[in-house]
Amino acid sequence: MTLTPPGTEAGGSASQPPPPPSAPPALSPVELSRWAWRQLTSKRTALVLLFLLALAAVPGSVVPQQNIDAVKVANWQEAHPTLTPVYEALGLFTVYGSVWFSAIYILLMVSLVGCVVPRLRIYWRALRARPPRAPRRLGRLPESRTFEVEEDREEVLERAVAVLRRRRYRVDRDGGEVSAEKGYLREAGNLLFHLSVLVVLVGFAAGQLFGYKGGVITIVGQGFSNTLSQYDDFAPGKLFDPTDLSPLSFSVDDFHVKFLTSGPQMGQPESFDADLTYRSSPEAAPQRHDLAVNHPLDVEGASVFLVGHGYAPVVTVRDGEGQVAYRGPAVFLPQDSSFASFGVIKVPDAAPDQLGFEGLFLPTYGFTMERGPYSQFPDALDPVLSLVPYHGDLGLDDGSPQSVYSLDKSGLKTFDSTDEALGAARRIKLSPGQTVRLPEGRGSIRFDGVDRFVKLQVSHSPGKGIALAGVLLGILGLMGSLFIRPRRAWVRVTRSADGSRRTVVELAGLDRSSGGDLAAEIDELERLVRNGRPDRPVKEPE
Amino acid sequence: MSTAQFAAFSDNAVMFASMVYILAFLAHLTEWVLLRSLPAAASRRVAERETVAVGGGPVPATVDAPLDSGDDDRELRVEKWGRIGVALTVVAVVLHLAGLVARGLASDPVRVPWGNMYEFTLAGTLGVSVMYLSLMRRHHLRWMGILVTGFLVVVLMLDVLVLYQDAGPLVPALHSYWLAIHVLAAVVASGAFAVGALALVLFLVKDRAVRRGTLRPRGYLSRLPESAALERVAYRLHAFGFPIWTFAALVAGPIWAEYAWGSYWNWDPKEVWAFITWVIYAAYLHARATAGWKGKAASVIALVGFASLLFNFVGINYFFGAGSMHSYAG
Repeated sequence: MTLTPPGTEAGGSASQPPPPPSAPPALSPVELSRWAWRQLTSKRTALVLLFLLALAAVPGSVVPQQNIDAVKVANWQEAHPTLTPVYEALGLFTVYGSVWFSAIYILLMVSLVGCVVPRLRIYWRALRARPPRAPRRLGRLPESRTFEVEEDREEVLERAVAVLRRRRYRVDRDGGEVSAEKGYLREAGNLLFHLSVLVVLVGFAAGQLFGYKGGVITIVGQGFSNTLSQYDDFAPGKLFDPTDLSPLSFSVDDFHVKFLTSGPQMGQPESFDADLTYRSSPEAAPQRHDLAVNHPLDVEGASVFLVGHGYAPVVTVRDGEGQVAYRGPAVFLPQDSSFASFGVIKVPDAAPDQLGFEGLFLPTYGFTMERGPYSQFPDALDPVLSLVPYHGDLGLDDGSPQSVYSLDKSGLKTFDSTDEALGAARRIKLSPGQTVRLPEGRGSIRFDGVDRFVKLQVSHSPGKGIALAGVLLGILGLMGSLFIRPRRAWVRVTRSADGSRRTVVELAGLDRSSGGDLAAEIDELERLVRNGRPDRPVKEPE
Repeated sequence: MSTAQFAAFSDNAVMFASMVYILAFLAHLTEWVLLRSLPAAASRRVAERETVAVGGGPVPATVDAPLDSGDDDRELRVEKWGRIGVALTVVAVVLHLAGLVARGLASDPVRVPWGNMYEFTLAGTLGVSVMYLSLMRRHHLRWMGILVTGFLVVVLMLDVLVLYQDAGPLVPALHSYWLAIHVLAAVVASGAFAVGALALVLFLVKDRAVRRGTLRPRGYLSRLPESAALERVAYRLHAFGFPIWTFAALVAGPIWAEYAWGSYWNWDPKEVWAFITWVIYAAYLHARATAGWKGKAASVIALVGFASLLFNFVGINYFFGAGSMHSYAG
């Protein structure tokens, strides 16, 4: 508190205008940085940063994220051409790797370290310190009792020490006083919790930097070996080295899926799993694994997960000259829970014109005039291919990359429809074993049968053990910091003022955290010190 | 019993539980209506017992206003209706539990009864009422009865009307014992946060009335425990819920995600919002220990946390739908 000479303010303002407030002396760089450091490590700043972190995490749940679903990002960008550059500049498609998101959590970590390190020092000192001496007036503490007992002082003091020790206080006796303190672990828990946040971050960062995640679609009966070229999509960490890919290889021998055939959830998959034969390295003996959701394959440096499945109809396409131009399974991607699947078949080797097919695979065919062809059930009970054939130029020759799941129709033409009611373009419908001839003698397509594919994810996240250990330590620390109550108690004995042999006992307590029931504790201490039988079972008063 | 019979039994049990909750709500309503006609001094004894037990602060002098025999009689009736309310709540909880268990038995194979939003809400509301009942004796929470039963009635109605789904087996992604662990922890934590949020709302309203001096001596608010005691109960509930929430969202969730989806943290909307909720509750605990924030400011933060919890539960499934990997929980 600053002291102002009486009368200066009133006198000054009456006679002359107050002097302009003098500017505070400029801060030296050291002072400024010290000030900034104090601001950063203050509790208030930590709070603000926590809020910012929560707020900054929100857009990532609203805007599609590049590293989570690149296809969705592309679709979104196509639908919002004006917003896209703005969002891109703000890093909204990669929120969790963006500069501003990183800035918040890095500042938070710095603030955390700046807060924890000095407290570690203080805690270390407090751990070795004796419980603080009794205040002069115990009656002023939040809870205090004064009572008289018949025994002499020494006896009472010894009993008080024993009682407090039994109740796990650290006890220090000094003349006619006993000081006691307990609950040291609360601050330890607090510090452990804060440090564990750093541990989690290290573990998480290790996974993000050195790990990888790749998706691959494998047709049942075919195999996979863990090299970059085999992946359909691959998201490596920033410091991931492709030569670190685990030398895993496997083949998908069989696939089983069961769908519910009755009840309100009819059509919902009941279970699906794939039989794998794998080698963890080329020298290793082949082993078998039943791959299912919640039952991944774990080998050294890689884990394989079953994330989806679908159909790959097998077709044979002959061109206008009668030559087999294409034969094999083509992956059709499921569009909904009925497994109506969309896909294309490209036949670049067809002559005289290249051929392309685009359409739906329907595992259990259904048709209404309103909906057109649709799938009634996800299992392949009555599979049908419903395709629109194209002829012309597939656009593959200029070398620009093309998705295998879409046709570039700029150089392609449809065939004329035979029934105008069904649309202008010719559509063909095939059941297994059927062959349809294309018009104008351009060839034919035969639906040979149905294969299945599995969508697998291969990933490696180093540091996950560290992150898990960090969170578990954090919970331990959290529980310590929330449920352990630091508490101090003091006992002082004096000879009774009336000159008798009786002893006056002053007992007082102080809770260093809120929420505890201090009164009950002090009542219990009084009872124990009074009746001198601390061996009696300790019962919390209701 | 066949699965269909179990399903029907579950639906009936939930319906009856809702009805008994309504009756319990009406009993508590009667309790408070009767209290209104009592002088505050008499009725405050009802409330103050809680203050003493919860607060542990200095024992306030027992208020011994002169009572005529009519008031005495009234006080008995207040007590009676309060007890009836609690007894009915216990009955409702038994029915509620039966409904939940039957829901699990209604599927072949038998499973934990929290595989979709309807069942999760059913389990979460049960968590709220069990939390309330089990803490009631220790912390003397009967004054919350009217609020808790009212809350349960509204949420159960919405659950049955909006979120209802037929009983049946789970999708393969949920075939894991982590479903039991992860969701149970989330249910328990949500229950604690919900009861805590109710207490905080009361605290904020009462605190405001006290500061403005608009506390009516015969009003509901003056019959509540002291605002400090309200705040303390709420804090304890949050302190209980927070480590469990941490476990549900940041331990059990990621471990299961690693098994099921191949990555322990996918920035899935539900994960992001569970994390946001966690950060907000962490901020609440932090703020409560920061000078100048304890009380009103910290409480508002906790309520924001509860809003985010609710949004994560309902909003994500509605607004993000198939965009969330948790969408099968719809």
